[in-house]
Amino acid sequence: MRVPMTEYLVIDLDSERWVCRVCAHDLGSAHDNYKPGTLVYDRDPREIHQSIIDPERYEYTFSPDPTYCRILEYYCPGCGTQIEVEYLPPGHPPTVDLLIDVPALRAQWEERGVDAEEVHNYGPGDDAQQQTAALKAIGHVR
Amino acid sequence: MTAVHENPSRVLTPQEQEWVDKFMDETTLFLGPDPEIMRDHGIAPRSDHEELAIAAGVDRLEVERIRKRIAGALDEGYEMCEAQGAAPGAKWGDLTTAIYTGSGDVSYLSCHGVIAFSAILHHPIRYIMKYWKDEPTVGINPGDGFIHNDARFGNVHNTDQSMIMPVMRDGQIIAWVAATIHEGENGACEPGGMPSGSETPFDDGLRMSPFKIVEGGELRRDLLTFLQHSVRDPKLQLADLKVKITAVRKIMERVDAVIDEVGVDTFVAALRTTVEDVEVEVRRRISELPDGTYRFDQFMDSTLKENILIKFACKITVKGDEMIVDLRGTGPEILNRAINSPLCSVKSMFMQAILAFWWPDLPRCTSAMSCIEIISDEGTWADASYDAPMGQSLQASFRGFSAFQALYSRMSFSTPHKYSNVVANWFNQINTFLWGGVTQHGDMVGNLCADLNGMPGGAKPFRDGEDAVSPLFCAMADTAEQEVMEEEVPFMQLVSKRLVRDNMGFGKFNGGMGYEMIVAAEGTPQWGFMTVTSGAKFSSIYGMYGGYGCGTYPLAMVKGTNVYEHIRRDPSKFDLSIEKVMNERPFEDGRYSTYHMGLQFDIAKDGELYMISQGAGGGYGDPLERLAESVVRDAELGRITQKVAEEIFGVRYDPTNFRLDAEGTEAARQAAREARLRRGKPFAEFCEEFVTPEPPESLHYYGSWGSETEDITATVFTIDGPERVSAPLAELPIVMIPDRREVRIAELEARVLELEATHGIEVKRLA
Repeated sequence: MRVPMTEYLVIDLDSERWVCRVCAHDLGSAHDNYKPGTLVYDRDPREIHQSIIDPERYEYTFSPDPTYCRILEYYCPGCGTQIEVEYLPPGHPPTVDLLIDVPALRAQWEERGVDAEEVHNYGPGDDAQQQTAALKAIGHVR
Repeated sequence: MTAVHENPSRVLTPQEQEWVDKFMDETTLFLGPDPEIMRDHGIAPRSDHEELAIAAGVDRLEVERIRKRIAGALDEGYEMCEAQGAAPGAKWGDLTTAIYTGSGDVSYLSCHGVIAFSAILHHPIRYIMKYWKDEPTVGINPGDGFIHNDARFGNVHNTDQSMIMPVMRDGQIIAWVAATIHEGENGACEPGGMPSGSETPFDDGLRMSPFKIVEGGELRRDLLTFLQHSVRDPKLQLADLKVKITAVRKIMERVDAVIDEVGVDTFVAALRTTVEDVEVEVRRRISELPDGTYRFDQFMDSTLKENILIKFACKITVKGDEMIVDLRGTGPEILNRAINSPLCSVKSMFMQAILAFWWPDLPRCTSAMSCIEIISDEGTWADASYDAPMGQSLQASFRGFSAFQALYSRMSFSTPHKYSNVVANWFNQINTFLWGGVTQHGDMVGNLCADLNGMPGGAKPFRDGEDAVSPLFCAMADTAEQEVMEEEVPFMQLVSKRLVRDNMGFGKFNGGMGYEMIVAAEGTPQWGFMTVTSGAKFSSIYGMYGGYGCGTYPLAMVKGTNVYEHIRRDPSKFDLSIEKVMNERPFEDGRYSTYHMGLQFDIAKDGELYMISQGAGGGYGDPLERLAESVVRDAELGRITQKVAEEIFGVRYDPTNFRLDAEGTEAARQAAREARLRRGKPFAEFCEEFVTPEPPESLHYYGSWGSETEDITATVFTIDGPERVSAPLAELPIVMIPDRREVRIAELEARVLELEATHGIEVKRLA
């Protein structure tokens, strides 16, 4: 069974591997963090949050200061999907953000007795249900 | 010669211990915040009365009926405060009413208002019960009311003032009722109650420990006068005390009617059962989450006086029905800056996330967090000691909210039954103007604009976040009518609620957008503005699952000119935006500058412009997955520029008619993905190049560097200037940052000497 753990990551309980939800690329052991299986890029934050007032004349411009802030972009090596983004000071070790107890996850789903992907949802509310269904119909939500 | 007397230690007898305890009780010089009370967010053990009442049998339907009636009473009290309160915060809904068990656990909170209070107001009640109940000079009697504001005794922050009254039967306290309002002005070193400039705890304004201000139903005029004398707005102090007393009494009337109807024991059992039921349910809900560890660290870029980087570390471990929150690695407190928060205030914002974004269906009570273990070492900026200033404690506590909000979406993503939607981070800064001075009516005032309530929402996996929707701490707070405020204060918002282009967290679904505000005072003998937030160099919220966070936000100013005069001469100049004013500089004689968002109270001359922007909500998902039609629509509406549409979203369209170029977009997105695969480096190789053993030398960094160390890195200031140290928190020297003006003067003096040497100028100076 595949358990959706983030928008772009599932844990395959059979293989105990992280797998890309978009292209099924193998991203490494589910007993570790998924990041070692990704490609990473150190993005200058000014390229994303572009200045609104003139950076030639002002210190504070709506753009982060690249000497304070970097944006680490994590890509799936299979399809190039940007599966996570992390804002860090330059040189700061990337965060180990998810470490899942795989046997406990398996036990949890065995007890539930349903397929994790089939029952996955984004939460309650008529608007959530309707919008998710509409987007699923056009293939825009997994 | 020194005589040595052997005094072998021995265990005291019970009698001796009693004498020692009695002596200590009678001779304690100062009853400050009690760590035993303040470190504990658990619910109290069942009292004897509760034990008996519950043992007699609990009818669940009766409990639910009582709870509903109490909820109605609390909402009525809430509406009274909102309708009658004098504080701007009250008018916008920044308040709460609540009922507590006899031991002080919040059993139910009003449906509107600030949920965070459900994690905090048991502290002052526990204090009152421990120290004042049996104190002959105080005591607790029917009709009494206690007030407090100091967060060291349990509060969200020091602008909030409470009115806490006991519900008594036969001389016994069976419950408490309270109303708490964000009053704003509190006599701090700057107007408005949230000073960014406080450098000692004594700059933070009123330091009210819980004390009795209503005695036997009468407001103590002597104490009221003392409080009025201690703040800038004595009328506000009086008016809202009366409002809170009236609201609490109204709630108590309703509660009395319930008690008369169902009996004391049933009522007591209903309050306690609610608290206990919620704790059981919370454990069950924790057990639904996947076991594992989840980490979300944040970095703040400012002390509100100078730029630094300080970490807020948060790791949550889930195992079965247990949850442990570990804040170790968080940066140290800075003993002369306002950003520090007591742990209880940070916990209150954990609770805000839990009851607003994790499990909003639960009754709002203390036990929604009581079974969650929280590990934190005192002495960090998120767990500050008694001696640290806390004027702008929201800087730390709001990051506690963001950590919990972000982590829950990760923890709960796989669960088949959710209690709330998956959502990216809400904006978490109070980007608004605080103000103070003399109004056009001659009154001395100090408070803030409601724009703090215009925080944009985070994106969800199926829709964009809402623009400027509500503050993270109060879902139903209002951004108010600026025109109404302008009748009371001598400044105008020349631009109000105008969206700033490209100001959103980009993603498959975008975070909500924020708007800009431009203010200028006129016709006042004395007026000033201040801003109290961070995030001008390092984004203050981040995106989710490939979505980006918010940008950064400057304070922009045009000083030395009166724009009202310019506009009167040439009305065409009344076309303002931060972008236009700062880039085109339409007021020739003005001095244009930017600043980080920590502006201490700044005297505003007539017509000088102060300009800020609300932030943005976090984006969700890969921006290349956003529907191309949505991107073009955003561009057509002016929400994003063509540059952003092309570079961030990979969308191509004709800018003359906004017709989507579907093929061009497909090709551009394919190219963008291929470019990622080319520039992205394998993680291990990337870390080898990117990760450094310590922060860049130029950064004043505070917190653990990475999560694999117990050491905290900090820049301390010695006789030889700044020096980086790294040690366990307990071994770190006190961190105090030198006055930035002195630093600047020293830099300029050094430059003068350098220039004198360069040009051979000899100057005789006396030391």
